[in-house]
Amino acid sequence: MSRPEDNLPPDLFYNDTESHKYTTSSRIQKIQSSMTYRALSLLHLTSPSLILDIGCGSGLSGEILSNSASEGTPGGPHIWIGFDISSSMLGIAIEKEVEGDLMLADAGQGVPFRPGTFDAAISISAIQWLCNAETSEESAAGRLSRFFNGLYASLRRGARAVCQFYPKNEQQKTMVSSAAVRAGFGAGLLEDDPGTKNAKTYLVLTVGGGDLDG
Amino acid sequence: MKLLTLNFLTCAVKTCKTSASSFPLHPRDSELEIVEAEINVQFLQNILPRLMWEELGGLVNELGLPSLPPTAPLPSALVESKLQAPESDTTGLNIEKLEVPSQVARDLHRVLLETCIMSGGLVCGNCGHEYKVLEGVANFLLPAHLV
Ligand SMILES: [Zn+2]
Repeated sequence: MSRPEDNLPPDLFYNDTESHKYTTSSRIQKIQSSMTYRALSLLHLTSPSLILDIGCGSGLSGEILSNSASEGTPGGPHIWIGFDISSSMLGIAIEKEVEGDLMLADAGQGVPFRPGTFDAAISISAIQWLCNAETSEESAAGRLSRFFNGLYASLRRGARAVCQFYPKNEQQKTMVSSAAVRAGFGAGLLEDDPGTKNAKTYLVLTVGGGDLDG
Repeated sequence: MKLLTLNFLTCAVKTCKTSASSFPLHPRDSELEIVEAEINVQFLQNILPRLMWEELGGLVNELGLPSLPPTAPLPSALVESKLQAPESDTTGLNIEKLEVPSQVARDLHRVLLETCIMSGGLVCGNCGHEYKVLEGVANFLLPAHLV
C-alpha cells in the first residue's frame, strides 16, 4: 500500500474527494476515535482544559474532546483549538459545526501561540507529514524543529502532549522523538500491538522534565 | 474564531517571535457572530489566570463591543450560591445551597466563547502581516520566506 505522505503534500492529497472519503469511512472513524481515547488516557486530564489539536482534520478527535466526562471524555468537556493544513478537511469540520476553533496552518511552520497557552496537546495520525519536506527550501529537520519548539513553548509547565503517528521506519521514529527531546520535552514512545499491521505509535511528551508515569 | 483564541494567538512570522507588539493581533473589517455554547464554569476558572485582561479589553474596544471591567474577576466571582429545593423534592421544604454560574461568568462566557470573528483579517502590530479569516477560520499559512 502506498503511503499518502510519500506522494503529495497533505494540502494537495486531502482534496475534497479524499477528505470526504477519509471522513465517511466508518473503519477510519472507529480507529481514529479509539486512538483519541487512548491519547486522552495518556494525557491524564482531570478538569476542563484548553487543548491544541494538531492536524485536527475534519474534527473527529475534537468532537470527542468536546464531550463531557459522563460521555466518556476524561476531565471533559474541553475547549480545543485545532489546526490543519487541508482546507477541504476543515471544510467538513465547519459543515459538522464542531465546537472547537479551526485554523488553516502548517505545523511545520511553527505553533503561533503565546507561551504557556495550552494545558495539553493531542495529535492523531498527523505528524508523520512533518517528515516530508515539500520544497528544496525546507528540510524535514527544520519542519520538525519548528513544530516541536513552538509546541513546547505554547504548553504550560507540567503539561503533556500525545502524538499518535505512523512512522515509516525506525529511523523516522528516532528522528521525530529526538527532535522533540531537542526542543526540551521529556519524551517516551509507546507502542500498541507492536509488530502487527495494527501497530500504533504514540509519542508521549512532557513539559518541565517531569517523569512519565503512564 | 472565538475571542478566547485571539487572546493567545500571536503573529507566526519568524522575525516577530521576539517582538512584544506581535501580540495581540488586531482585527480588521471583522464580521462578528454569536455562536451559542454551553457555559463551562470550571473551564472559565481554569483559563482566567492565563488571560491577558488588558489585551482582551483592548480587543473588545477595537471590535466596538461593550467595555470590560478594568480588572479581571476573581475565579471565586464566577459562581454564586442559590437557595433552592432540588427537583426531586415535591414538598419544596428541603432547600439546598446550589452553586450556579454568576452573571460575571455568563458575561465572560459570552465574550470569550460565544463571540466569534466570522470574516475579516487579523493584523500583526509589528510586521503588518494580515491573516485572513473566512467562515470563522483564520489562515495562518505563510509564504516560505516568512517562516
Ligand atoms: Zn508579525
